[in-house]
Amino acid sequence: MTAPLHDTAAETAPVEPVTGDGAAKAVEGRSPGRIAWERLKRDKVALTGGVIVLVLILVAVFAPVITALLGQSPDERHEDLIDPLFQTPLGSFGGISGDHLLGVEPVSGRDIFARIVYGARVSLLVGFLSAVVAVILGTLLGTLAGYFGGWLDAVISRVMDMLLAFPQLLFIISLISVMPNNMLGLEGTGVRLLVMIIVIGFFGWPYIGRIVRGQVLSLREREYIEAARSLGAGRPYILRKELLPNLIAPITVYATLMIPTNILTEAALSFLGVGVKPPTASWGSMLSDAVTFYETDPTYMIIPGIAIFVTVLSFNLFGDGVRDALDPKGTR
Amino acid sequence: MLTYLIRRLFAVAVMLVVIVLAVFCIFFLIPKWTGTDPALMFVGKQADKEAIEGVREKLGLADPVLLQLLEFFKGIFVGRDYTGGGDTIHCSAPCFGYSFRNEQEIWPVLTDRLPVTLTLALGAAVVWLIIGLAIGVLSALKRGSLWDRAAMTVALGGVSLPVYFTGLISLALFAYQLGWVNNAFTPFEENAAQWFSGMVLPWITLAFLFGAMYARLSRATMLEVMGEDYIRTARAKGLKEPVVIGKHAMRSTMTPVLTLLGIDLGALMGGAILTETTFSVPGLGQAVLKAINERDLPLILGVTLITATAVVLANLIVDLLYGVIDPRVRLA
Repeated sequence: MTAPLHDTAAETAPVEPVTGDGAAKAVEGRSPGRIAWERLKRDKVALTGGVIVLVLILVAVFAPVITALLGQSPDERHEDLIDPLFQTPLGSFGGISGDHLLGVEPVSGRDIFARIVYGARVSLLVGFLSAVVAVILGTLLGTLAGYFGGWLDAVISRVMDMLLAFPQLLFIISLISVMPNNMLGLEGTGVRLLVMIIVIGFFGWPYIGRIVRGQVLSLREREYIEAARSLGAGRPYILRKELLPNLIAPITVYATLMIPTNILTEAALSFLGVGVKPPTASWGSMLSDAVTFYETDPTYMIIPGIAIFVTVLSFNLFGDGVRDALDPKGTR
Repeated sequence: MLTYLIRRLFAVAVMLVVIVLAVFCIFFLIPKWTGTDPALMFVGKQADKEAIEGVREKLGLADPVLLQLLEFFKGIFVGRDYTGGGDTIHCSAPCFGYSFRNEQEIWPVLTDRLPVTLTLALGAAVVWLIIGLAIGVLSALKRGSLWDRAAMTVALGGVSLPVYFTGLISLALFAYQLGWVNNAFTPFEENAAQWFSGMVLPWITLAFLFGAMYARLSRATMLEVMGEDYIRTARAKGLKEPVVIGKHAMRSTMTPVLTLLGIDLGALMGGAILTETTFSVPGLGQAVLKAINERDLPLILGVTLITATAVVLANLIVDLLYGVIDPRVRLA
């Protein structure tokens, strides 16, 4: 306080700078992480996205509990609820009722709500894990290319350019189509999930790798790296302790924004019939089933579509928010 | 300029060879490692032993991979004969393989399908470029306004919606409920008006997704460009605002848009799989999906190669156009 003489007056009426709390707060040091978190907290749209993402994760984790509470299972058939002539659900809006919150599937009469809940597992699992694969590969190879330079950089950079120019969806489909049905002790759906995670992740790593390489290139010439080196720090130490912490922010942003893309790819693959196959529930394959019924039972097509939309949108909103929050040039 | 072109064409050739190698690895090496008989994959599931042996001999699957690769390249330039199992099949140049499953050469299938995919992609590109750029630039100029926020919300929704979902909804609404357009594809030679009516929904659906991406990209770029010094200079020397935006700012905004356009158009040659499947448009994507389901590997290989070529060529054209659009770029 500027006027210690009148401390009683200051206590009763604290002198606040007219410019608001900005000036007062600028005095206390804030770590970059804290600044980012405070910015993110103020971004209502991003927070909403984040909350929905959290709810979706919980739904996916507790799928068996949720469906059991409602007394439904994703595989139980209710053929009595199907119109025998048109193969569509009886009742309006795809057979929505108290028992079947989102109606039942045409032909088989399986509960759509239960299948949507189980479908979240497939989408999120593939979305997250393939992003993890991409982050690990991208960080490793991007750092190697940026830090060591020379021929290693040339090779890795060319490979990244090449992979980015590849017709990805086509290669992913081709790769999945030649994979055997059992592998590494897994069978059927397990193999398909594993292959999708690896292949989607493999085509995603150059996006991370390029960013990481660029960052490392500019960071390795900084004085603090020089200082660490002159103090006798070895390469592994510099990479791990000096470089990696500075890479976390961009990697986080790109990983968050990569998850929705991966979810869309998984849904597309399942839609095309090369991803997860029925009877395992997946949003993409539900939509592909719905193609036949878009005229007679539009509800069946709208529900999985909205599930994909909401999931992808929430991740995008959250990712955009994280990017804005971590951007040191950002004004928010 | 000429040396640049030669260098780039050389790079294109290298890239294509790498892609052929990658495709070969996928279809010949991976089956070997995982213990699947490649011959089995080339004839389809319901083939007898004799047919399998015939195909093995014809393709020379017992030969070293390098020799097989050489044969494949030879086929593209001078054609090749498949001999084995007591008969010979001739495949004239350019021979991109022979489908033993459907007993047809691949090249005619590709030339049949390519124009359809090309018209789909180019028609959509016209729509999305006009709409995406207009919305993006307007949003950037009126940053923070109601229009900007509304447009960007729709754009974020657009990038979060899978094309097969928007496609199905538009089919249900505009083709089935309202009957404004055709829901089926008609070849152009048969009836041009019907062809147009059938292509409107695929074009708009595809353009909605890409238009949203381009709007986001051009808004971000425009915002960055408008803060540049040379824009202030242009204003300072008394240029009218339309000239500043139209002549000075737009040029820089076009550069990243063009990069993306090259990648997207190329990728759409094989990546329009989803749109073509949803609207039953008989293009390359639909052909490759059918091939995947039938395990008709030569066709997958052919489409993959065509797509890769398209991607690489589109990128080359874009790089050449940079010099025209952005005076800072010197091709050397």
